[in-house]
Amino acid sequence: MPKDSGIGASSKRREDVRFLTGAGNYTDDINVHGQAYVHFLRSDIAHGRINNIDTSAAEGMPGVVKVFTGKDFEGVGGMPCGWEVTDKHGAPMQEPPHPILAQGKVRHVGDPIAAVVADSLEQARDAAEAIEVDIEELTPVLDMKAAAQDGATLVHDDLKNNICYDWQLGEADDAKVDEVFANAAHVTTLDLINNRLVANPMEPRVAVAEYSRGTDEYTLYTTSQNPHVIRLLMCAFVLGLPEHKVRVVAPDVGGGFGTKIFHYAEEAFCTFAAKACNRPVKWTASRSEAFMSDAQGRDHVSTIELALDADNNFVGLRTNTYANLGAYLSTFSSSVPTWLHGTLMAGNYKTPVIQVNVKAMFTNTVPVDAYRGAGRPEATFQLERVIDKAARELGVDPIALRRQNFITQFPYDTPVALTYDTGDYNGTMDKLEAAADLAGFAARRAESEAKGKLRGLGVNCYIEACGIAPSNIVGMLGARAGLYDAATVRVNATGSISVMVGAHSHGQGHETAFPQVVADMIGIDESMVEIVHGDTSKIPFGMGTYGSRSLAVCGSAMVKATEKVIDKAKKIAAHLLEASEADIELKDGQFSVAGTDKSVAWGDVTLTAYVPHNFPLEVEPGLEETAFYDPANFTFPAGAYACEVEVDPETGQVSIEAFTAADDFGNIVNPMIVDGQVHGGIGQGIGQALLENCAYDENGQLLSASFMDYAMPRADDVPFYGVDHSSQTPCTHNPLGVKGCGEAGAIGSPPAVVNAVLDALNSGGRAVDHIDMPVSPSRVWAAMNG
Amino acid sequence: MYSFEFEKPSTIADAVAALGGEDAQALGGGQTLIPTLKQRLAAPTKLVSVSGIAEMKGVCVEDDGSVAIGGATTHATVAREAAGSYPALAALAGQIGDPAVRNRGTIGGSIANNDPAACYPAAVLGSGATIVTNARQIAADDFFEGMFGTALDEGEIITSVRFPVPQAASYQKFLQPASRFALVGAYVARFASGVRVAITGASEDGVFRWSEAEAALDKEFRPDALMGLKINPMNMIGDLHGSKDYRAHLVSVMTKRAVEACM
Ligand SMILES: Cc1cc2nc3c(=O)[nH]c(=O)nc-3n(C[C@H](O)[C@H](O)[C@H](O)COP(=O)(O)OP(=O)(O)OC[C@H]3O[C@@H](n4cnc5c(N)ncnc54)[C@H](O)[C@@H]3O)c2cc1C
Repeated sequence: MPKDSGIGASSKRREDVRFLTGAGNYTDDINVHGQAYVHFLRSDIAHGRINNIDTSAAEGMPGVVKVFTGKDFEGVGGMPCGWEVTDKHGAPMQEPPHPILAQGKVRHVGDPIAAVVADSLEQARDAAEAIEVDIEELTPVLDMKAAAQDGATLVHDDLKNNICYDWQLGEADDAKVDEVFANAAHVTTLDLINNRLVANPMEPRVAVAEYSRGTDEYTLYTTSQNPHVIRLLMCAFVLGLPEHKVRVVAPDVGGGFGTKIFHYAEEAFCTFAAKACNRPVKWTASRSEAFMSDAQGRDHVSTIELALDADNNFVGLRTNTYANLGAYLSTFSSSVPTWLHGTLMAGNYKTPVIQVNVKAMFTNTVPVDAYRGAGRPEATFQLERVIDKAARELGVDPIALRRQNFITQFPYDTPVALTYDTGDYNGTMDKLEAAADLAGFAARRAESEAKGKLRGLGVNCYIEACGIAPSNIVGMLGARAGLYDAATVRVNATGSISVMVGAHSHGQGHETAFPQVVADMIGIDESMVEIVHGDTSKIPFGMGTYGSRSLAVCGSAMVKATEKVIDKAKKIAAHLLEASEADIELKDGQFSVAGTDKSVAWGDVTLTAYVPHNFPLEVEPGLEETAFYDPANFTFPAGAYACEVEVDPETGQVSIEAFTAADDFGNIVNPMIVDGQVHGGIGQGIGQALLENCAYDENGQLLSASFMDYAMPRADDVPFYGVDHSSQTPCTHNPLGVKGCGEAGAIGSPPAVVNAVLDALNSGGRAVDHIDMPVSPSRVWAAMNG
Repeated sequence: MYSFEFEKPSTIADAVAALGGEDAQALGGGQTLIPTLKQRLAAPTKLVSVSGIAEMKGVCVEDDGSVAIGGATTHATVAREAAGSYPALAALAGQIGDPAVRNRGTIGGSIANNDPAACYPAAVLGSGATIVTNARQIAADDFFEGMFGTALDEGEIITSVRFPVPQAASYQKFLQPASRFALVGAYVARFASGVRVAITGASEDGVFRWSEAEAALDKEFRPDALMGLKINPMNMIGDLHGSKDYRAHLVSVMTKRAVEACM
């Protein structure tokens, strides 16, 4: 029986009422009295030396408050990077400065050169057109492999080359790896491109900053997934402000997908300019600006080699990846191709020897950072594509090949630094085979062929590492932050509860799911619990939401704080019931004395906490507790996905006929929300596999700079999904036994789609070895026609 | 956008007068022009909306059986009101953009713009329609002058478009995945006097008639008649969404499918 409230219930998303009725409060809805508007003059060339910027005409234009250039930020900090990666020789990564406005050089189309603050946006734009910029064009650095060559043009003149780091994980002894490959019965090699993506949340980025001369305090409203992180980075590293004088608010945020994790120059600019102009300053990105200034995703070029023995056991794996970081280091960019990617190369398989090599490159393109999945999709794509290729080369069933190599004993130490606590990959695959009716595929293929279509089936597995932690370990790996989270459970006198959480909800449904947990623990109605998030002045601290960490990390802090509240409430109840605290039980919102019919209601206890007339003297009045939670390990959601496609052989058009996901997310708080997260993730994965392509031309101009050329998935591009998450091995180290579900769909789906297309293109005696994403009709047709 | 004056006359004569000033521009549904203005890529001094001119709106069947569509008629209206009189044209209009675009965008605006990937130009050329302006009548064969180019003079307004109705016709559109304009669209119309085939989306020169296909279909109006017919990829558009070769290939496939749909 599905539950109708509490943990395990598909409670309806309460926040959707305001989102769907136009009652949300997004950053662009915030207008501060007297605000001015900023327009950024952005570079329209990819790489050049700034000889001169003449702002004199612009300064005299109507409505102009102030014109800023890079000169105004000399002595001000640049945008920081939050993760220092150490290269394979033990040296720290090369970390070039990233000024708020360009200094000396422009390094990508969209790099801000100047900023005009004016009474109206149109006036700011008019004045920006009057700024005269003299830029000497330089050769743009675009191709990663060419950029890595000695003597290549430098993106950053002060660095020794364009390689941020040359990093390695796993087996360090090349000779040992060579030997494994030399002795292998079969080696499969695959060259792959993981296409660059633009996250495109529905709401573009916005920042509104105000400064109070009277109190010397700042408020920044911004579209962020982690307001405390923004405050910390901006105060400590960029503007040098004391944190207690700065409030950062991220109100309703219309989607993030990773790209709103990072601290952006525009946020720091508005905060700085609010004081410099003594006026609130507002910036709202246009969609065109989003395309050239939001950190982009993926963009790896890889070679992966898989070695198998004569019995088809995986014996070795080696990958060589070039990872594009773009022109500057975005906040967490350095961690994505390394600790979020290399560590996942074991996948669900017991490959004994693994070596991962990554060269991270600076190029004259928009910075690249985490995008839904962040590194894990890139790892999964390589691994699951090379396994399918090996199966095809060996003429064995790809599912059987996977099953044969599954990890089955837990905990399992991988050769790439992780310890998987739990999982059941065969069980999950069983669920998938049933849910996707894989037995019926042959008949469905015959039906498609009768219509003149090719049909293909792609099956793959994925594993991801979520809830990135513990802090002492990530600190050793180079993180310049801790990755715990915090929650305060504030019980009001009448028994309702406000929970201040460090996680940030920008579509995930925390406002519904988090109260389900607290209400369940106490046994009260969900409607009595409300989540407060997104405001540094209201919540204790928080590392925000990304990496599918919210429930696993912040939810755990919330559970701990709720436990503290319950413990204290039991003391008060014991006093009221004149019983020993040890005998007090809490069930359905009633405290009772074990073995008696004496009880007192939750509301009476909470009222007593705030009206402490009859109260235990040794207990403080009030009922509010805070907990910080630092996980003992990552969580490891895993799953198996199946995609069926039809290909029109005349046009190369691919249509997805069926997509089934079997996921193991451990325990589940709200199955409907989990379904929705998986649906959205698969939609984005299908987008990457079939449609999305952020492409630059040979001059570094963005070819896909608008929705006219950047293909987002639409409702009719995706099928009705089958989602099964009945395979549940609870996480062994957090109190809820939850693992996280936000990124799984985007991680697991691209290989399933591409494997399915290749299966179709290899049916009926055809032979197509490889195809790159996005698998557009044009590419399919070209692949089929040699 | 830059500031401009705005007029919304109710007669063609007033609109023509209003367009007499320097750098004045007609505004149809604004689906192309407004985004262009927002990006500051155009700076007209004055916009003259034609959407208030009653005589430029609606679909009617003329005495000679041709279907006349007012220059300011929206795609949605054509999709609805031409469904009986010229179904292939109505179907084409119903496939343009999304409902918001169809409820605003107009046939006059689409043809005057002559986007190389637009749908209407294929129907106009494929049907051998006549473009009626405030000053003259222009045969479709003389109207389209390459990408974004037309025979229209400065300030000239398309007041209506007259379509002779073929015995059978079909428009087959292969979607560009991002914009969902035509990556390649083929309009095939079979008249007693002969077959016309117009292709959009494919060529660097904008919409064009595929005369080899017309000749083959004149002989024998069957999909097979096109077998082996290939268009030269040289002048085709090659971009992010499809190579020249791919577009040339799609021209054959879409034309064949249009003939099949006419059978
Ligand atoms: C999201 C989206 C999707 C679209 N998809 C498609 C598609 O699939 N297929 C397709 O064909 N089109 C598509 N379009 C374009 C759409 O059909 C436009 O409506 C059309 O291109 C322009 O028509 P309009 O009435 O909006 O003209 P406007 O934008 O108002 O004007 C366009 C040009 O025509 C001129 N003009 C307007 N009316 C007249 C007139 N009566 N006489 C002379 N000149 C005039 C204007 O001065 C301007 O130069 C799409 C547009 C959008 C925004």
